[in-house]
Amino acid sequence: MKEILWLGRGGQGAFTAARLLGAAFSAKESGNSALAFPSFGPERRGAPVRAFTKLDTREISDRSETEKADYIVVLDETLYSDSLTDLLKPDGKIIVNSGKPGEDRIITSDAESLASELRLPTVNTVMLGILSAVSGVVSEEDIFRAVEGYMPEKIREKNKLAVHRAYGEAL
Amino acid sequence: MARKFLSGDEAFAEGIRLAKPDVISAYPITPQTIVVERLSEMVENGSLDSEFIHVESEHSALSCAMGASASGVRAFTATSSQGLLYMAECLYYASGGRFPIVMMNANRSTALPWNIYGDQRDSLSQLDSGWIQAYAENAQEALDLALMSFRIAEHRDVSTPFMINLDGFILTHTYEEVNIPDRADADRFLEPYETENRLDLNEPKNMAFSAGPDYNYIFKYKEHQGMLGAVPVIKETEEKFAEIFGRKYTGLTDTYLTEDADYIIITLGTIAGLCRETADRLRAEGKKAGVVRIRYMRPFPADEIAEAVKNAKAVAVLEKDISFGNEGAVFTNVNSALLTAGVKIPSYNFIGGLGGRNISASDIEEIFEKTENGTEKVTFIGIGVDEK
Repeated sequence: MKEILWLGRGGQGAFTAARLLGAAFSAKESGNSALAFPSFGPERRGAPVRAFTKLDTREISDRSETEKADYIVVLDETLYSDSLTDLLKPDGKIIVNSGKPGEDRIITSDAESLASELRLPTVNTVMLGILSAVSGVVSEEDIFRAVEGYMPEKIREKNKLAVHRAYGEAL
Repeated sequence: MARKFLSGDEAFAEGIRLAKPDVISAYPITPQTIVVERLSEMVENGSLDSEFIHVESEHSALSCAMGASASGVRAFTATSSQGLLYMAECLYYASGGRFPIVMMNANRSTALPWNIYGDQRDSLSQLDSGWIQAYAENAQEALDLALMSFRIAEHRDVSTPFMINLDGFILTHTYEEVNIPDRADADRFLEPYETENRLDLNEPKNMAFSAGPDYNYIFKYKEHQGMLGAVPVIKETEEKFAEIFGRKYTGLTDTYLTEDADYIIITLGTIAGLCRETADRLRAEGKKAGVVRIRYMRPFPADEIAEAVKNAKAVAVLEKDISFGNEGAVFTNVNSALLTAGVKIPSYNFIGGLGGRNISASDIEEIFEKTENGTEKVTFIGIGVDEK
């Protein structure tokens, strides 16, 4: 099972990204299974939020919050801390929205610049594209299908472009 | 058939859309709200032809559903937690009146302290209200129960209201892939509701009347028979469901590796999944662990549980409930079943998940371990020394 922990702030769309990834993965092959859920509770804009995606090629029956992740995706740089590595599996990686250079298990990408270039209000689909490119759990086309199925029509093309560009920059 | 990535609430709403209730009475409460939001959208966009009635409270929501049912049409409502408690008076009216209303309940803790997260104290406090109670484990089962529930509740031998419970957030707000049946198949499975238990100007009859001591108990006896009558109807309904939709369900319980198990956890709702995974892990270490998931608390699967655990060395009952001053209600029910069936093995009660507290894999392992080694009758899992 692959487990992805998303860290963002209320309004950044971390859970939307978690959900799109789950939808993309489970639609990819008939035996695939995915769960996506937010850290439950009242929603507040700007407050730190967590979201989870679990991916497997068999039915997932453990619905508990992920304790050790394969990937931690940090949408807001201020939520990054060195102690996040404690939440990683041995081969796990952290992907941070940051202009600073990465190191070792930490991959950085300036998602903010790409999002603003594309006039997107948030970086969630950019980060989803980077995660997919880095992890290989789903393809660009898989995410496109999820965007088409689960995002409002007027923002689909923009977000598909964000995924495409993020993919290209990450590879 | 369409495959979609939906939350438990959304999947359940799809099941209700396919069941075509004539009347939906709606009052929102977290974590149930998404169900009635989706249904209102469906009515708005024309994919569901129902009378959608906004009411001013849960008490009114169920009263409204009862009025609809008494006029002979299919009625649905949904609630959670304090909402269920607020409508408690009407629960007994609906079951006593033999109105086969279907209600979804998002299992959530009860105040005080105020808390919106999941536990099962709301519905388990209403075991005696005369409603069938089913507990779903995942979004697919929730959708399928939405469709099956009407067929069971409305059956002439049953005529009993049906409460479908979904663990708050863990099921209602978790997204997963579900198969959504086609309209034509759903229509083949579930026919329109027809009943004589209705207000009819051409055939006037007395309904919802009072009955003195001489007759009251006969009605209560018949209510009990109606509930028991659900057992074969659930079986028939699941067979028909499997025939049309290809998904099989296993009646009042769902057993996992119980045949040769030494230690068995009996539980209900979503946590059963983690229990099964833990049982797998323990089996790999040579420990014979098993799981019984209770799918229906009413009618209660006394025989099925006793049969499933009769060769075990000890059992644990894990529940998100406590009857203060005694033990969890599920534990009481299970012990009665074991005693009556002559199954003489130690049983232990584990209370967890109250107010949405996480139950981890290590908690489940500890339950199996304590069940093997013996422990106190009632254990609150995860309570630290400084919290006692």
